[in-house]
This record gives sequence, C-alpha cells and structure tokens, in this order.
Amino acid sequence: MLHNSFHLSFHLALTVGRTATPEAVQFWILAPLAVIAALGILLVKKAVHSALLMAWVMVTLAIFYIAEDALFLGIVQIVVYTGAVMMLFLFILMLVGVDSSESFVENLKGQRIPSIVAAIGLGGLLISLLGRATVGAPAAGLGVANADGNVQGLAKLLFTQYVWAFEVVSALLITAALGAMVLAHSQKVRSPFAQRDLAIARFRKDSLGDAAGLPAPGVYARHNAVDVPALLPDGSPAPTSVSQTLRSRGDIITNAGFALEAIEEQED
Amino acid sequence: MSTTTLIGQDPGWLILVKGVLIFVFCVVCTLMAVWGERRIVARMQMRLGPNRVGKFGLLQALADGVKLALKEDLIPAAADKIVFIIAPIISATTCFMAFAVIPFTGKVTLFGHKTAMQLTDLPVSVLYILAIASIGVYGIVLAGWSSGSTYPLLGGLRSSAQVISYEVAMGLSLVAVFIYSGSMSTSEIVAAQHQWWFAVVLFPSFVIYVISMVGETNRAPFDLAEAEGELVGGFHTEYSSLKFALFFLAEYVNIVAVSSLATTLFLGGYHALPGLTFTESWLGGWFTLFWFVGKVVAFFFLFVWLRGTLPRLRYDQFMKFGWKVLIPTSLVWILVLATLRVMSQRAVSRPVVFGFSIGVVLLVVLATTVYDRSVAKAKEAATLPDLPPPSFPVPALPGQLLVTEASVVTELESQNG
Repeated sequence: MLHNSFHLSFHLALTVGRTATPEAVQFWILAPLAVIAALGILLVKKAVHSALLMAWVMVTLAIFYIAEDALFLGIVQIVVYTGAVMMLFLFILMLVGVDSSESFVENLKGQRIPSIVAAIGLGGLLISLLGRATVGAPAAGLGVANADGNVQGLAKLLFTQYVWAFEVVSALLITAALGAMVLAHSQKVRSPFAQRDLAIARFRKDSLGDAAGLPAPGVYARHNAVDVPALLPDGSPAPTSVSQTLRSRGDIITNAGFALEAIEEQED
Repeated sequence: MSTTTLIGQDPGWLILVKGVLIFVFCVVCTLMAVWGERRIVARMQMRLGPNRVGKFGLLQALADGVKLALKEDLIPAAADKIVFIIAPIISATTCFMAFAVIPFTGKVTLFGHKTAMQLTDLPVSVLYILAIASIGVYGIVLAGWSSGSTYPLLGGLRSSAQVISYEVAMGLSLVAVFIYSGSMSTSEIVAAQHQWWFAVVLFPSFVIYVISMVGETNRAPFDLAEAEGELVGGFHTEYSSLKFALFFLAEYVNIVAVSSLATTLFLGGYHALPGLTFTESWLGGWFTLFWFVGKVVAFFFLFVWLRGTLPRLRYDQFMKFGWKVLIPTSLVWILVLATLRVMSQRAVSRPVVFGFSIGVVLLVVLATTVYDRSVAKAKEAATLPDLPPPSFPVPALPGQLLVTEASVVTELESQNG
C-alpha cells in the first residue's frame, strides 16, 4: 500500500490522516527514538555506546520495513546489520581498546582531505542516482512488485536484471575491506620504547634525579603494597613510586595520607 | 486450506492466548530441562542427582529459582551500569521470540476455533529465527564487555567469534532445506516433509545443523564462552541474583528453541513417526503436539549426552573445525544438491543423475584419500629419528661415569700423571 520508506516518512510528516492509524502510531513512537539514537551515535563519548545505538537504529529501520510489507528486506536488515555492528564492536575492542574513547591517531598521513572529498563525491553520486530513480518516476506499488511473492520477486531482479551490478558491488566491497586493512595497518619497524631507549631518555633529562630508576612502591612506606607510595628521606610520599596504571585506573586515592607526619599524628 | 491462511484468521484474543501458552511452555520446559539435565548427567556419572525437593526432585529448579531471586543483586563498581542491566534483558527476551514461528501442532480446535498451534507464520520464518538469534548474541557480548572485568570480556569475545563463525555453517545447512522445500516458511517446510523427513533426504545438512546448533547455544563441548576451568563463569561471572537467572533462563530456552527448529526443519515437525501417521488425527489433532515435544526432548537428551561425554574443545581446534571443515563441506554439499535439484526439475534421465552422484562420491573419496596421505607424509617428515637417550638428567649407576665426567677424569689423570 505504500511505496518505500522514504516516501512513507514524507507522507506521514505531511498527511498523517491518510495512513492507517496503527502504522502512524508506530511511526510516531519509533521514528523519534531512531532519530535520537542516530544523533547519539555522533554525540556519545564511548565508541561501544555508539555501536550499540547504531544497532538500535538498524533494528528500528528493520521494523519500519516489516511494517510496510517488505518482510524479506526487514529481516535481512537485522541479520546483516546486527552482524556488521557486531564486527564493528569487535574492531572497537581490538583496535581502540576496551574503554578508550575516540582516538585521533592518523595511521595514514594526509588522508583526511582526499577522503573527505571522496566521501562528499560518493554522497552526491548516491543522492543523484537515487533521485533519478525515484523522483518523478511513478511507483509500481507493492502489489505489482510482490506478484510472485516478495522473496521470489527480489531474487528474480537480483539474479537477472541486476546481476552484473550486484557482482560489481560485491567485488568493490571486498576490495574496500581489503584496502582498509592494508592501509590502516601501519608497519612499525621496531617498538618505540624499548628498554634501551628508556634508559637513554632517563640520562638525557635535565635532572638526573631518577636516573637510577624510579623509587619502588612501598619502600620505607607503611605497607609494602603496590599502591602505597614510597617515602622520601624527608618523610614525604614519592608520587612517582606508584605505577601510572594504578593511578589512571583510580586504584590509588591520594598520597597525602601516607606522609610520615600524618602517620605519626595518627599514632599519637 | 494452508496453515498460513488458517493462522491468519485467528481473532486477537486467540493470538494473545497462544502467546501466553507458548511463554508458559518455554518456562516449564526450562524448569524441567534444568532438572532433567542434572538427573541425566548424574546417571551418566553414576550419581543420583537432585532428589530431595518434591517427587524425584522435580521442584529442584523451582527452588533454585526462588533462591536466586532472593540473592543480593550486585553491580560491580567498574561496570557500565546501563549496558550491564540491558544485557540480560536482551538475552532473556530474544530467546522467546523464535517460538513465534514454530509450528507446534497441525490443525486443531482451540476454544471452538479452527487453528494451528503456531503464533504466526512469515514467508521468511527461518530467516527471522536467524535474525533473532543474532540479536540474542548481543546479550552475551554486552554482558562480557559491560562487566568491566577481564574474564567476562574474554568470554564475551569468544562467544561473539563463536556465533559469527557457526552461524555461517548453520545458515548454509538451512539453504539445503530451502532449496529442497522451495520455501522459507516453517509451516510449509513441515508440510513438505509429510513423506520423507529432511534428516534423511538432506543428511549432511542435518549433521552440520546439529553440530552448529550446539556451537550456537554455547553448550558443551563448545561452551568456550563460559569455560569454568579457564574463565571462572565467562560472560556472566559478575552477574548475580535475578540478572544471572535471566541468563540461565535464556540458555535453556535457547536450547529448546534450536531443538524445536531442528525438529521443524529436519525431523518432520509435528508429523508422527513413519508408519504411525494415523495417530496424527487423535485427540482432534492435538496428539501431534506429543510428537513435536517428543522430538524436542530427544534433541535435549542429545545435548545432555554430549555434555556428559565430550571434553571441551580447545579454542583454536573449535575455530579450525568451524571454518575449515563445516563451512567447506556445506558449500560443496549445497553445490551438489542444487545440481541434483536442477536435474530433477529439468527431468534429466535417471542414468545421468546416478552417474553424477557416483562421480561426486568418487571425487570426495579421492580428495579425502589424497589429503590423508599428504597429512601422513607430513607427519612422517616431522618426526625426528631415534636418538640415543640423553645422559644428562639421569643419575649415574654405581661404577658408571657419565660422558662428560669421564672425559674430565681422564683429562685430570693425564695432567697429574
């Protein structure tokens, strides 16, 4: 009864009265949620949250397709995109790290401007193509398209009229995936901070204060736990003696309580 | 009248009743499955299993459920709170959704309405089940990630890799069913099996499906995602109380779901065993439910049997099996099957079909023999020749000198002498 999702949304926005009520209700509940989630993809801080919101947007779109009798498209949307988002999720975990936010490290130097130009070009191409295909062309309607069944109709088009385009697009996608892997994987000749480099860096510093290494945690301290700072000769805690990892994780609260004076006061 | 149109005529209240009945069926199945599994595994390990709560310990699962609900509900400080709460909800809701398209009975009368015990039917029912399953994995992966701890994260990652790899094999095994039945709707697939079950006709697909369904539900021997010996509890390590109970429920409902799908696609669904088709009209058609549940229970027993028999696979073995054995095998099988199908549609003469089949079998035998030979050769090349036993770690016998000591002694003697 309706042509496609884009038409549907425009129609609904203009003339709600003309669509079936359940469909309108469903649209006005799900569409705002989808838009909010889509904005959230860009605005939330953690990459994993973006991926989740993306999955939600895809599922909502699938519900719209199903509501419009494009059953196969809706189901395939879920199968393909939830799988795809799952891969994205794994890439985030593996490449970006478990809980780090967006990183701006460029593996490929000077790719930003060409890629922006290419993206705009691709967007323009897609919009113009879709426009030529949809604007002004009378919609055949689902009744005609689904004459021999939804799946059969789609299969007939994909494997006869559009088989060449279909194969070309799949080859293109595989090339793109391989290209992304090859280009984004920067070859490091050797690890930037080997033990030798660290030793040299320590002696090149302005002060030779910690040339012999940082104080070990717990030395002359009250406890010998790793999260207890060492005490310097004047009784003040040495902040450098606690591993940076523990500090950034929030496992050590503050150094102040470990100073010798504070401890003596407590004991008195 | 086909089942699809029959279901389409259900009034709204009947759909609601069916939904509630299916939900109750799933929950009761879970309670019985937990009890049954513990009893069967106990027997396999020469124990008695739970037998204290209720007759034969039947109420054990219920008692455990109540106990779980009364436990303290912890959320770790490092957890991502919202995702941590959403994850078990995703798991527990999606697992029920697959049952919407499972045909439990043939045509029956329910409260005076002619219908079939199937909530709904879609032209793409089986794909719908796959879609729901792939959403269900999110529950596990998100639980692993949001716990903010190492073991759950490893469990979650393993499970996602596992499901992605085994879903491919599962999907390919379903393709054979689609080709043969000419439909993706569950009721039509069941109807297409009234004469021959697909487990017989499409035996390789059946085997591949059964293997990948065990992988898909994270059950032993493929329970790497919650490998107790390695990962504490895997993805649900940090969960307690009702949230843990939801994962527990989801696991068992999923087992019932994949077993139901296997029954529907390969064992003729609600159809009776061959030779007993007259029973299908007993009790006004309701007796078909007995056949359906019986087949599901048989699959469940297989699950428990596997768990009681096989040790857990190592992760790399598991992945190798999925990608290098299951997927290539199903691809070749589908190719052969599609060719046979086209031959039968074009009415190719019998001798040609037989010739083709024999050719395929010969090719497979030849390929496996060549492969086995090459593996054996590689193994032979890899083994080292027998060396004399090393003398070093072995203490010397009385009066015996080790090689090095002997040489030192002779050297010293020659110097002194």
